[in-house]
Amino acid sequence: MVAASPVEQQVWQLLAEVPDPEIPILNVIELGVVRYVRDEHERGIAVGVSPTYTGCPATEVIQSSIKARLHEAGFATVRVDQVLAPPWTSDWLADSARDKLREYGIAPPAESVDSPRRLFGEPTVQCPRCSSRQTQRVSEFASTPCKALYRCTSCLEPFEYFKCI
Amino acid sequence: MSAAAAKHQPVAPEVCRRYALTVGDTSLILAQRLGEWVGHAPALEEDLALANIGLDMLGQARHLLTYAAELQGGDSSEDDLAFLRDPQDFLNLSLVEQPNVDFGHTLVRQFLVDAWQLELFERLQQSGEAKFAELAAKAIKETRYHFRFSSGWLVRLGDGTEESHRRVQSALDALWRFTHEMFVASPAEVDAIALGIAPDPASFAAGWSSRVDEVLQEATLTRPADVAYAWHGKRGQHSEHLSRLLAEMQFMQRTYPGAQW
Repeated sequence: MVAASPVEQQVWQLLAEVPDPEIPILNVIELGVVRYVRDEHERGIAVGVSPTYTGCPATEVIQSSIKARLHEAGFATVRVDQVLAPPWTSDWLADSARDKLREYGIAPPAESVDSPRRLFGEPTVQCPRCSSRQTQRVSEFASTPCKALYRCTSCLEPFEYFKCI
Repeated sequence: MSAAAAKHQPVAPEVCRRYALTVGDTSLILAQRLGEWVGHAPALEEDLALANIGLDMLGQARHLLTYAAELQGGDSSEDDLAFLRDPQDFLNLSLVEQPNVDFGHTLVRQFLVDAWQLELFERLQQSGEAKFAELAAKAIKETRYHFRFSSGWLVRLGDGTEESHRRVQSALDALWRFTHEMFVASPAEVDAIALGIAPDPASFAAGWSSRVDEVLQEATLTRPADVAYAWHGKRGQHSEHLSRLLAEMQFMQRTYPGAQW
């Protein structure tokens, strides 16, 4: 792998300022959707982005926010490529994202997608508010495609869980 | 390049286009049906679930219809294909255009399609055409989740009350006749199979059957008898339900061509 040029490093830093529109405490790098940044010189900057879910409406907002942030920083020509393969997985969330999600009231994915334990039923999801493991799934789907709805039977609060996929 | 490969070149874009519509239209029409539930489902959680599954299906359709529009050339787009085609040009499975009726019908239809999509996407990942292989690798992760949801509900309804059992069994009896089409290749599929672009749907039958039987047994439901094949949605021959669905879905673009947000 070729080391990032100073220009590419600058772009990576700018991308860290682009929030996910649905979970704005995470930036697009922490969300794990930025696949590459390439300085193509006279042809401008190319950024490869993977959609989290095939139909996620945030995908287009992310693409336009990336362009807007880079234009603002003086990059005139920016291209965002949609990268489908390999498919995005919740394993690509940055470690820092997990703590941020918890602070925000969303339980991070409970285990790796490749974990052999996945063969043995549901993982235990910890309440992001009181850390209790006494939680129940209310619904497999929630306010955005990437989350499920849970409730805590200790503190009785409902919360969202970032699905393993 | 060999003579044979060179000869294939002008044929393949059209084969890919028709196969993209075959798979994509099934996702698109089911997405529209699921969207009809928004604001009407029995509970908020199920409203969200059906909308989210519909959104995933719409995502699959958008990738495939965008690809089909590219292959078609000119200035056509995914929107033209979704909003300006006539019913006979849609190549979806007849099953997905069947009306929602009630929550039981909707869940049975979803369950039968989810089990079929698992077989399809598992094999389509090996497609000789990268666009299909990439989409299948992405979509199968979502489909596994859909199947968990729909099979869970089938067990709850089938092995639930007398009323829920009766309704879901009658939905199964009504929809079973549309399943045979899932395993018989249409002309568009035959061409794509010959070029290594598509898997043969006949190869889905055994896996689909055992998956479906396992859940039906747990749900205390009876598998209906197979009926003679009489549905040809994948050939563009549709039930009247598709026309009504499209009348609603296409109304805005047909009435105000080129209208934008």
